[in-house]
Amino acid sequence: MRKLSKTIISLVAVFFLLANNTLADKIKIGTEGAYPPWNSKDASGKLIGFEVELAQELCAIMKHECTIVEQDWDGMIPALLMRKFDAIMAGMSITEERLKTINFSQGYADEVASLAVMKGSSLANLQTVKSLSLSKKGGDVKKTLDQLKNALAGKTIGVQTGTIHQNFLESGDVGKVNVRKYKTQDEVNLDLAAGRIDAALAAAVAFTDYAAKSGKPVVLVGPTFSGGAFGNGVGVGIRKGDSSSTVGKRDAKILKDFNKAINTARKKGIISKLAIKHFGFDASM
Amino acid sequence: MITSVPKLLYATLITLKLLSFSIIFGLFIGLIFSLMRISKNTLLNKISYYYSYIFRGTPMLVQLFIIYFGLAQLDWLRESFLWVILKEPFWCAIIAFSLNTGAYTSEILRSAFQTISKGYIEAGESLGLSKFKIFVTIQIPVAIKQSLPAYGNEIILMLKGTSLASTVTLMDLTGVSKFIISTTYKPVEVFIVAGSIYLFLTFLIHSFIKYNEKKYEAK
Amino acid sequence: MELLYFGQKGWGDELFLSFLMTIAVSMSAFSVGIFLSALFTPLKFSKLKLLKFISNFYTTVIRGVPELLVIYLFFFGGSGAVMFVASIFGYNEYIEINAFVTGSLAIGIISGAYSTEVFRGAIQSIDKGQFEACKVLGIKKNIYFLKVILPQMLRLAIPNLSNVWQLTLKDTALISVTGLVEIMRQSYIAAGSTRDPLFFYSFAALLYLILTFFSMKVINKVEKKYSRSF
Repeated sequence: MRKLSKTIISLVAVFFLLANNTLADKIKIGTEGAYPPWNSKDASGKLIGFEVELAQELCAIMKHECTIVEQDWDGMIPALLMRKFDAIMAGMSITEERLKTINFSQGYADEVASLAVMKGSSLANLQTVKSLSLSKKGGDVKKTLDQLKNALAGKTIGVQTGTIHQNFLESGDVGKVNVRKYKTQDEVNLDLAAGRIDAALAAAVAFTDYAAKSGKPVVLVGPTFSGGAFGNGVGVGIRKGDSSSTVGKRDAKILKDFNKAINTARKKGIISKLAIKHFGFDASM
Repeated sequence: MITSVPKLLYATLITLKLLSFSIIFGLFIGLIFSLMRISKNTLLNKISYYYSYIFRGTPMLVQLFIIYFGLAQLDWLRESFLWVILKEPFWCAIIAFSLNTGAYTSEILRSAFQTISKGYIEAGESLGLSKFKIFVTIQIPVAIKQSLPAYGNEIILMLKGTSLASTVTLMDLTGVSKFIISTTYKPVEVFIVAGSIYLFLTFLIHSFIKYNEKKYEAK
Repeated sequence: MELLYFGQKGWGDELFLSFLMTIAVSMSAFSVGIFLSALFTPLKFSKLKLLKFISNFYTTVIRGVPELLVIYLFFFGGSGAVMFVASIFGYNEYIEINAFVTGSLAIGIISGAYSTEVFRGAIQSIDKGQFEACKVLGIKKNIYFLKVILPQMLRLAIPNLSNVWQLTLKDTALISVTGLVEIMRQSYIAAGSTRDPLFFYSFAALLYLILTFFSMKVINKVEKKYSRSF
C-alpha cells in the first residue's frame, strides 16, 4: 500500500509538471484560424488574417506581451470561461445573448451578414432592398422578411454552428427553413459549392473571400443583414467575473486596456488600413 | 437540462436509424466478401482481402470524410445519378458505416466458415445433399451460431461508431449532446444523460445477442 | 503533388510532424491503458463486491459510450475538474493541461477499459488445476502469480492486445476535436485551407495504413518470440 501511494504521489507530481500554469503577465488571445479573411492558417501552420494582425497591433499599443491561441469555434466561449485564454478575437459579434455570459470590448469591425448561393441557382435572382437593419422596426423590414420567407421556404441553408447566423435562421423571422449546422465556415463553403445546401448565411466577406480564392461561382443574394440578432459589430470577448477576485480584477483591467487600445488604433487609422488590406473595404468601426 | 431530454430522445431515434441501416447493409456486404474470401478464385480472394485490410486499417472518421467531403469534390460524380444519394449527409454516413462494419463482419463470418468442422459437411454429403443445400442448411446456420458473440460486439462497436455522424452535420445523439454542451457549458450533466442512453442501448443489444445464443444452443 | 512539399509552400513537413504525433499519442495512450488495466484487472477478481463493482463499472461504461462523447467530456470538463481539485488545495491559478496530456488520458482511459477486459479473459482461461498443483507443491501465492499466472496471461493476451493497440491507434483520429495536431487534425486544416479534402483525407488514410502495416509486423514478431519461449 505504501508503494502504491508513493506511485500515486509521484504521478500527481509529474502531472503538475506537465501542466504548465501560466502567470499573469502575458495576455492570451483565442482565435479560430478557420474563418478567412478574419482569421485563418497558412501552409506553414501559422495563424494569419485581419484579427491576427490587429491583435498584434493592439498588444503593441497596450505594451503587453501576447500569445495567440488556436481554438475551435464550438469551444470558444467555454475555453475562455475555463481560462484557457483571456480574450477572444474571432470575428465574434457582440450580441445580447453572448453578453449574458461574457463581456465585450467596444466593436472594432463591422460585420455585415449575407446569404450566398451558387450562380444559376433559383435563388440567385432574389430581389430585395440592399441592406436590412433588424434594429429598425417598420413596414420595410417586415416586407423584406416576408420576401425572404417566401423565397427560402423549404430550402436548406448552411451556417456555422453557434453563430448569429444560426440564431437568426432559427428565430423564425424568415419562417421555416432547414438549418444545417457545420463545425467550420470552410465546411459550409465546401457544401455550398458542392450543391448539398441551397444557400448559406455568414459574414459577407467570408463568401467573397472564398469565391476569390477558390474560383467557384459563389454569389451574394438578398440584403445585407445587421442589427437585432446580428449584434453590434465584432468586439473582443472577455470574461465576466466578480471584481473582488484577482482573476476578476485582471479581467476588468484587460477589458479597459483593450477599449483604450482600440480607440488609439482607430484614431491612428490602423484598423481601417488592416480592414482594407484583408476585406477590400473599410470595415472598421 | 431537463428541457433538453426530449431533444436527446428524438436524437436517439436518428442514432437507431443509422445503426439499423448500417447493420443490415453491413451484414449483406460482409456475407458477400466473406464468401469471396473463402472462394478458390485468387482475384476475388485478393479483392476481399484488401477491402477488409483498408477498411479495418483506417479510422472510420477518415473513411466518412473521404466519402462526404472528398467525393463531393469530383464534378463528374456530382453530375451523375449517384449524387442523389451522396448529396444527403444521412446516406453518406450509412455508406461509410456499412462499408466499415461490412469489413469486420466479413472477417467474423470468414473465420466462422473456416472453423466449421469437416464432420458437418461430411454428414451432409453422406445424406446425399447438394453442395448448395449443405451450404444453406448447414454451413450458414452453424457459422451464424459460432459468430454470434463476436458479431454482438461488432454491433455494439457500430452503435458507438454512429456517433461520428455528428461530424457531417447529422444531429444524432452525440451531435445533439455536443450542441447542448456548447450552449450550456455543462459537459458532465449532458454526458450522464446521453451516456446512459447509449449504455441502455448497449445493454439491449447485449441481452438480445445473449438470448439468441441461448436459443441456438437449445437447438 | 506540390501540396506535399516541405517548407513554406506545401504541407509535407506539417503532415510528417502530425504522423509522428499520432505515433506518440497512440503509444502514450496505450501505456496509460496498460497502467489502468494493471489497476483494474485485479479488482475484477476481488472478493470485495465494491471493488469488483468499480472495475466493472469502469469497463462497462467506457466500452458502452461512444469515444467521441468521452473525449468531449474530457475536453470541456477536464481542465475544469483539475482546477476544481486544485482550488480545494487553495491553488487558484489557471492550470493549462496541454492537448497531448488530455488526448493521451482520454484515449488511454478508453484503451484501458479494453485491455482490462483482455487481461481478465486471459486470466480466466488459465487452467484452474494449476492453482491446485501449486498449493500441493506449497508454492506461495505471490510467487505463483508472478511465475505461473503472469507469463501465461501475457502470452494469452498478446493477440487480443494487438487488437486493442489497433483500436487505440484509430481512436486517436477522434482527438482532433481537442486541437491536438495529429494526422486527422492536420489533414482537416490542410483540407480547409487548400479546399482539397479528397487529396488530404486519402493521404491521411494512407498514413494510417502505413501505421497499421508496420505495427502488425512488430506485433507478429513479438507473438512469435513469445510462443517460442513457452
